[in-house]
Amino acid sequence: MQLKTIQTKRAAVRYYESGEGWPLVFLHGAGGLDMDLGFLDALAQKFHVYAPLVPGYGDSEECEELRDMLDFTLHTWDVVERLGLKDPILTGFSMGGMIASEMAAIAPNDVSRLALIAPAGLWMDQHPIPDIFAMLPYQLPDYLFYDVEAGAKIMSAGSNMSDPKFLQAFLVQNARQLGAAGKILFPIPERGLASRLYRIKAKTMLIWGEGDKLVPPVYAKAFQQGIAGAEVIMIPRAGHVVPFEKPAEVIGAIARLQ
Amino acid sequence: MRFTWFNLMPWPYLPDDFREKNRSVWVDIDPNLFDPVKGHQVYNNYLDLLEYAGTLGFDGIGVNEHHQNAYGLMPSPNLIAASLARRTDDVALVVLGASIALYNPPLRVAEEFAMLDCISGGRLVAGFPVGTSMDTNYCYGTIPGLTREKYREAHELIKRAWAAREPFAFNGRYTKLRYVNPWPKPIQQPHPPIHIPGGGSIETFDFCIDNTYSYSYLSFGGYIRGQALMQGYWDRVAERNAPDTSPYRAGFAQTICVGETDAEAERLYAKHVSYFYNRCLHVYPGFADAPGYRTIKTIQKGILSQYAPQTMFQELPWKELVDNGSVIAGSPETVTQRMEDLIKKLRVGNIFCLMQIGDMPKDKCMHSTRLFAEKVMPKLRHLFPEYSDDGRFWCKPLAKRAKPGSLPVESELDSPVGAER
Repeated sequence: MQLKTIQTKRAAVRYYESGEGWPLVFLHGAGGLDMDLGFLDALAQKFHVYAPLVPGYGDSEECEELRDMLDFTLHTWDVVERLGLKDPILTGFSMGGMIASEMAAIAPNDVSRLALIAPAGLWMDQHPIPDIFAMLPYQLPDYLFYDVEAGAKIMSAGSNMSDPKFLQAFLVQNARQLGAAGKILFPIPERGLASRLYRIKAKTMLIWGEGDKLVPPVYAKAFQQGIAGAEVIMIPRAGHVVPFEKPAEVIGAIARLQ
Repeated sequence: MRFTWFNLMPWPYLPDDFREKNRSVWVDIDPNLFDPVKGHQVYNNYLDLLEYAGTLGFDGIGVNEHHQNAYGLMPSPNLIAASLARRTDDVALVVLGASIALYNPPLRVAEEFAMLDCISGGRLVAGFPVGTSMDTNYCYGTIPGLTREKYREAHELIKRAWAAREPFAFNGRYTKLRYVNPWPKPIQQPHPPIHIPGGGSIETFDFCIDNTYSYSYLSFGGYIRGQALMQGYWDRVAERNAPDTSPYRAGFAQTICVGETDAEAERLYAKHVSYFYNRCLHVYPGFADAPGYRTIKTIQKGILSQYAPQTMFQELPWKELVDNGSVIAGSPETVTQRMEDLIKKLRVGNIFCLMQIGDMPKDKCMHSTRLFAEKVMPKLRHLFPEYSDDGRFWCKPLAKRAKPGSLPVESELDSPVGAER
């Protein structure tokens, strides 16, 4: 997996690239790409994977010009354009799924295959999505993982909140990453996608962890109702971070788009 | 020196087991803990106390804005200030402040502040806070990463609206108005003095320095802990080559309790101080600082919210609160000595005296307030004599002001009552 940079009109965008075959763009969730690098490596065995970082994530520069959903959507189209890709398989996880959905809705003739992995973007009052912006680090594993204990270990590895230096670095990263994510997810991760879903023409896979406690599986049905012909793949023994917990199953589901 | 008697308006009926049974005093506090009938009495008590302070020689009486918060019952500080404008005479009305980014359109603040300035005869000291993350982001839903941009735009609109002599169009990102033309305009021209409460953001330091606004740190941590932050401000004043270092460029909020003796102060007030520090400041750390609310530059400077987990108030006894300066308490002599220490160490010309503390009853609060006004304040007035004529950061009331409630005698009319005129 190589980390590279391309320049769009608005931002210097960092992206991972690896593999051969049909181009596939993967858009990460609000947590960033760190935990999904293994998944991307495996995905790159089948596809030519491009995984751009939202400005502000990882070591990339923030972009103050990205303020709302349309900005994010068009920015990501700019990235696809600069990568020189035509009709890549568009995949997105959680927040990335929200962006991918918007991209497919705004330019339905440019996306023929779409894989949405536990995407955000819809809101049902009966099934409120928990507020990740008010969670403390130790509370996150409960919502993210199927195996909460193992997840907590992974997330806390190498972290020491009582070390002021570590804490400061953590707060800076959080401010950069979740500060950017908040533009489209805060205070409620919904920006009108429901009224645009009907425009999507792509063959669509909706991939979900059966035990997702952040964006509960009931949302899979809502997406399915909005996107004509969308297929739901429910993966057992998996939580929200299904690409991390069940990479092979997720890749298998994406491969069905070929 | 300028002293403002400040009332946060805390709810005085939080149960003893509040900390154990509730995760936060703010944002998602149990709504069943509020009782509107008790609220009637609470609001009226607090208004009485503000008015009382207004008769004792304080320079100002102060109110502020919080939402969904049991230690601050003023979602609308302007409502309280309006009520005070009619019932007080020559004291400044310090609204510290109205969260300008939360009003839609923010022009509302220009209008309401102008109304307050007119009603009070130019007694308004206006505050423009960005607002805490709890209020601004979690209660009022502003996107953290856009809060400051929205704030700056609101500020520009208000300033232009006050200054304009003809209607103008305002094409902002967050507010678009074809005809900006607020009626009324403030008496104080070009605008009432502006104070900015902040929590250590570098951007807010610069904003105050660049606009000649007074920076105030409304902390509950006391002056010893507040010293690093205020030093950061003064360093910045020097770095930015501000034309002067007038102490009136800065203000500080301090919890103060005065008794006849040190022992009396503890006996009378310890319980209420404990209520405030141990119940009212019980804020869930997840609401302290929404990611994106604080800028990277500020975090890198190591300035954290006073509500952040590492500075959260633990169950604190009286002695510790007094020793660490969170509370300045004791006899008039003790309080005078510590206040002088505060004023000199922080170099602050504006003191916001937090004297209605937690569930303190009215009579105790009056006792403490009167002792401060009579026996402490006069001994501190002489400080910073070289800046005694610096009026840039304080209101300039009209010399001749209306007398509220004065009605003419109907019988003196030329024609009988009810007749066509």
